Amino acid sequence: MKRNTRINVLLLLAVAVLAVAPLVFGLGDHKEEPFAGADAEAETAITEIDPDYEPWFSPLYEPPSGEIESALFAVQAALGAGVLAYYFGLRRGRRQGLERAGAARTAGEGD
Amino acid sequence: MVPVSQETGQGASSIHEVLERVCRVMHIAEGFLPPAHAIAWGVASAPFVVHGVRSLTREVREHPESTLLLGAAGAFTFVLSALKLPSVTGSCSHPTGTGLGAVLFRPPVMAVLGTITLLFQALLLAHGGLTTLGANVFSMAIAGPWAGYGVYRLLRRLDVPLMVTVFCGAFVADLATYCVTSVQLALAFPDPGSGFWGALGKFGSIFAVTQVPLAVSEGLLTVLVMRLLVRSSEGELTRLGVLVARTGERAAVAR
Repeated sequence: MKRNTRINVLLLLAVAVLAVAPLVFGLGDHKEEPFAGADAEAETAITEIDPDYEPWFSPLYEPPSGEIESALFAVQAALGAGVLAYYFGLRRGRRQGLERAGAARTAGEGD
Repeated sequence: MVPVSQETGQGASSIHEVLERVCRVMHIAEGFLPPAHAIAWGVASAPFVVHGVRSLTREVREHPESTLLLGAAGAFTFVLSALKLPSVTGSCSHPTGTGLGAVLFRPPVMAVLGTITLLFQALLLAHGGLTTLGANVFSMAIAGPWAGYGVYRLLRRLDVPLMVTVFCGAFVADLATYCVTSVQLALAFPDPGSGFWGALGKFGSIFAVTQVPLAVSEGLLTVLVMRLLVRSSEGELTRLGVLVARTGERAAVAR
């Protein structure tokens, strides 16, 4: 593996370790619902700090279930990843095309 | 987990819960800022976004070839803010991805790209919200990018290696977003006992612990993308002043 690739792989590995470590070491075990991202409990939470507070607006559209919500999050990530992949693929292709054209030209001059 | 001491009692525990439930996924939920706060943050954010739209259109008009890289910067924010990662406090949160765009295209452009991401999440995912959009835009699309960009420029001036400055910029952009969110929450829901500063201290200290590992992740991912960009888009990065021209012109950086 080239040095450059190795560094990139190490960067990804470090991110993966940072994400997995809290799960492995059970840092969420003290909670009733570890590693949740519950917006649903929000209303009770605010009423605890300010019993008179009532949310005065609700979302125009709410994903009907957690599964659909995670699907939509996946769509968001996929859209972003797709555009990024397109960008880097296009760049790489262009560079290779230029190199090939350059190589062809020097080969032509050699004749 | 931050232990709740007996003396602070109810106030501290409820603040902790507000944080974990309302804000563990970063953006302030729909309807959870009082109308006056919601409007004030909207008014504060609007000029930045308008200015951002102007500089974005200028950038695209003058350098149509940068549209693709702009798209990539926006896409990076899209990916990162969809990644809910577990953190050491036992709850989940997500990075912002705004550091990269701020370093590449300066913060005004990032105000627009961040707003688009927040709108997408508010409308389709019921994550964040329309009434809290102003506040969320201010923290994630304005304060974060500016803080990250400031650190990046400062370190560049001190001749710190590029990838270190990029890491620090992304790290600070991520963390600053959370700091501003905690200020916004403390302003809206001051602690019954210790008031604004008490609430800010508690929000802030808990935020820091949850978000630091995620900010590190964000910094590493931003460095990864920047490394790929340096290899694939050298010309464009030089034009944007991120890379110094080969001839050793310092002017490109001092732009």
